[in-house]
Order: sequence, then C-alpha cells, then structure tokens
Amino acid sequence: MPYFDEKNETLSEEQLRKLQSERLRETVRRSYENVECFRRRMDEAGIRPEDVRGVEDLGKLPFSYKSDLRDYYPYGLFAVPMEQVVRLHASSGTTGRRIVVGYTENDLSMWEECIARMLTAIGVGKADVVQISFGYGLFTGGFGVHGGAQRVGATVIPISSGNTQNQIRTMIDFGATVLCCTPSYAMYLAEEIEKLGVRDRLKLRVGVFGAEPWSEKMRAEIEAKLGIKAYDIYGLSEVMGPGVACECPEQSGMHVWEDHFLVEIIDPDTGRQLPPGESGELVFTSLTKEAFPVIRYRTRDVCRLIPERCRCGRTHIRMAKPAGRTDDMLIIRGVNVFPSQIEEVLLAVSGGEITPNYRIVVDRVNNTDTFEVEVEMSESFFSDNVRMIETFERRITEQLRSTLGIGAKVRLVNPNSLERSEGKAKRVLDLRAGKI
Amino acid sequence: MVIKQLSVFLENKPGYLLCAADSLAKNGVNIRALSLADTAEFGILRLIADRPEEGRRVLSDLGLVVRLTDVLAVSMDDTPGGMLTVLSCLGEAGINVEYMYASSGSGRRAVMSLQTSDTARADAILREHGMAEPSPEDLA
Repeated sequence: MPYFDEKNETLSEEQLRKLQSERLRETVRRSYENVECFRRRMDEAGIRPEDVRGVEDLGKLPFSYKSDLRDYYPYGLFAVPMEQVVRLHASSGTTGRRIVVGYTENDLSMWEECIARMLTAIGVGKADVVQISFGYGLFTGGFGVHGGAQRVGATVIPISSGNTQNQIRTMIDFGATVLCCTPSYAMYLAEEIEKLGVRDRLKLRVGVFGAEPWSEKMRAEIEAKLGIKAYDIYGLSEVMGPGVACECPEQSGMHVWEDHFLVEIIDPDTGRQLPPGESGELVFTSLTKEAFPVIRYRTRDVCRLIPERCRCGRTHIRMAKPAGRTDDMLIIRGVNVFPSQIEEVLLAVSGGEITPNYRIVVDRVNNTDTFEVEVEMSESFFSDNVRMIETFERRITEQLRSTLGIGAKVRLVNPNSLERSEGKAKRVLDLRAGKI
Repeated sequence: MVIKQLSVFLENKPGYLLCAADSLAKNGVNIRALSLADTAEFGILRLIADRPEEGRRVLSDLGLVVRLTDVLAVSMDDTPGGMLTVLSCLGEAGINVEYMYASSGSGRRAVMSLQTSDTARADAILREHGMAEPSPEDLA
C-alpha cells in the first residue's frame, strides 16, 4: 500500500490527538491575536485562548459561518499580513457578494500534500498524465488538484473546464490516464465519448471527481462507461479547497486529513456535538492553515463520520458522502427532500444503466407546494407504445412517493431540453421565493 | 407488407412538431402518412416517410428521440367498405389492432398503416387473403 507520507498518515490515535491538541492551541492563539471576528466571539462567550488545552475543549469554541466571509469581505478574516498571502481564491456566496480566501506559501504546500496523499494512495504517480478539467481561476478546483498532481510528479494537463470536443481530443492525443472534474461533467464526457465511439482510444484508468454530490450508482455508471476507477474527493474553499477529505483504494468513505483538519459532526439545530457515526452537520477546524484559519466552520453539509478503522491502513477518520446540505435541502409540503434521493430513484427505475437528466421544480400554487420532477426522455426508455411510456412514468412516481413520502408529478421532457452546464448540474428550480 | 415507421417522442409544447416537420422538409424527406398519439404530457409522432433511414437521421440530429418500428402497410380500394376485409381477416385470427392510420395512395387506392399485437402473423394472414401490397408509387 503506497503512502505519500506514511508517518503522518498512520499516526496512532494517541499521537494524532497529541498533535491536534498542540496545533489547535496554536491556531486558537493566533486567531485570537489576529482575527477580530474570532476575538470578539471568544470575548462574548467569556472564553480565553488558554481555556483551550486540547481537542477535548473544542466544543467550548464559538462557531464560524459562511456569512462571516461576507461580513468581513475581503480580507477581514486573514490572520497574517497581506505580504505573506501568495494566492487568493473566491467562490460565490449563498447570497449576493462572493467570498474570498487566502493562502500563504505553507498553506499551498499543505494543500498540495493533501492531494498528493490521495493520488499516491490510488496509485497515481510519475507515470501518469493527469487531465484537470476542473475550472481554473478563482474556483479552487483546478489549481488545488493541479498542485497535488505536480507534487507526485505526474504530467499535468491544465485544460480547465468546458469545450467538450477539445477535452476528448486532448484526452486521446495526450494519452491522459487520470481525469479530474465534477462527476456530472464526467457523466457528460462519458456520454459524448460513447456517441463518438472513441472509448477504445482512451488510456484513462482513474478518475478523481468532486465538488458536487453524487451517488454510488452514478459512480458505478461512470466507472462502467469510461472503464476507470472513480474516486471521490471532498473540500470547500472556506476550509481549503478539494482535498480536505479524500477516498483511498477502499472506496468506502473519504479520509479527513486529521493532522491538518479537526472534524466534528453537530446537531445543526442545537450546535451540540454528536457521537461518532451519527448524521449531522459537518464542522471543520483548520490546524495548520496560516492565512485563513477557520475555527468550527459550519459547512451546512449533512454527513456522517465512519469511526471504524479503514482497511487501507490509514488511521485518519473517514467521512461518508455528504447526504445533502442543510441549506439546499428542500422542504416540500413539510417534508425534507434531498435531490440525491431523487437521483437514486431515477437510476433505480431506469435499471441503473444511465442517468436520466432531471430537474426538480418546486412552486407554490394556491398556498400548496407543487413538486414536479422533469425527466429527459432518452433512446433507452422510449417505445412506440404509449402504455409502456406511461408505465415508466408511473414507476418513477410510485418510487418517489415511497422514498420521499410525498407525491411528485413526473413529467417526461425532450432530450437536452433541461439545462446541462459543463460544470455543476442545475438540479433544482425553486420558484417559491416570496410565495410562502 | 412490413414497412418502417418513424416513431418520435414529443414533449407537449408548441413548436416541437413544427421543428420536426421543417427539418424533414429541408432534407427532402417526404411524409406519406402520419398520426399523432397524445397523452396529457407527451405525444408520439408516427410517420411513414419515403426515406425512413434519412428521416431518422434528420430527426436524431435535431436532438429528438426517434425509433424505427415495424408496421404493416396494406393497399385497399378507396371506396366505402374498402377497409372492412382487412379488419375482418385480423379479427377472425384474433389479432388486435393497436393503432392504425390511413393515407391516399395512387389512383383510387388507399394505404392503411397498422400496428397489431402480432406483426408477423398479421402480415401472413393478409397475404393469404390476397390483400394487396402498396406499390412503390403508393409509398413514394
């Protein structure tokens, strides 16, 4: 089992807690001294930095939120002078103004290391040609994975996202063995490759996909269509970018690199820490970041940690795929609905062979929520027989009802009529704003 | 005789049918007969074209979901009662008609396109009863 950094990836429980405690104390001290927002919250809560002796005191610390990044835009949360900041990234906020994050030289190096650990674990190294189809630019995806891929000595194709025909040509001509992009774009590429009939000319063997939720079935589908092993990667710009947690060859949960990030699961309503294995909101504290340390950052991702030791030998705790977000979770007629649940149903009903492109449309008419799922028709579901199509439609409706406990109207639409961007798929159209 | 019919999925929205017809016209594909099966949410456009393969290509290129399906085509007298012999042959053999639609052929002939519960058997029975096959002119 190859390691990028065997010592740190296999620290014992005791060594890890000791290291985390030291680093937490230092992060708290530095943040208190340099970040006004954090200092004020600590003072309001009556907590002194020296009250935090180790990881056992984590629960005493105040939370931080995405709105903080908006309120202290652009550099108000940085803990170092701008002279030490060598890179900025930005992403869209949930509302209005974008958010900005910064990195020192050491931060970038740590980020590269996190990605390099993953790539090494899944057997990517000097001999590989890595096509990075994550967007480059202010988005953390492209540059994040880029640094890690270079760190393991791979040949990097920094193609960025978009221009599908060029992506496929490049993949063939340059002999790419590794593809990095969003899972929905991987699906899209797989479909285009199928249409062109050029799969035999690909050398791809590994995919690293992240930045949006995807199901196990989608993984199986991408793996089958492209003939690769597909691995999940997790991250968010507020905490660092992709690579906060990464899958290993076991493909059963993503290791959170615990020497750099402390992870908690909390009850999003009460803020209380939940016991290992329970599902709740994912919260991160950075332990080594210099420019933009985060303390108890509320990700809004709903997730579960996997406390059991991984068979791969790494001791760092794993997190399951996020099951949704506390803030994109739809509440329809009082029922919680996650788009990923709908995707599961559609894949199951269509025989798990292809992902029908779909869109959830929620509206409010006569004070009642309407819930529609538009599903694109494709060759494989189409029949000359009206009854067969209606049966297909009805099976989706029934499955949705039994999965979600709520009725949805299923509407079959023409292929390619739903927006399918080359980046993140737009799955939800909620028209209720201002109507509730 | 068994001929190829184009079946096209159409979402119920203004413009889709026009778009399909326009594209066929521009590519010189002639529509001999057509019917539109509709439900509340979608329709299936079925059509007999002089060049079905080309029609399929043209419609697929538009991004529509298209399938070539086998249907029976029978030539009949375009006079009152012309269709009855066809139906009675099939009825006696216990073959169900799923859908059918007619178009005029050459001279005083009409062409009926039929989908039945058993295409091969229906074809054999209609041949046994001496039902005429459409001439190339009927389908051109």
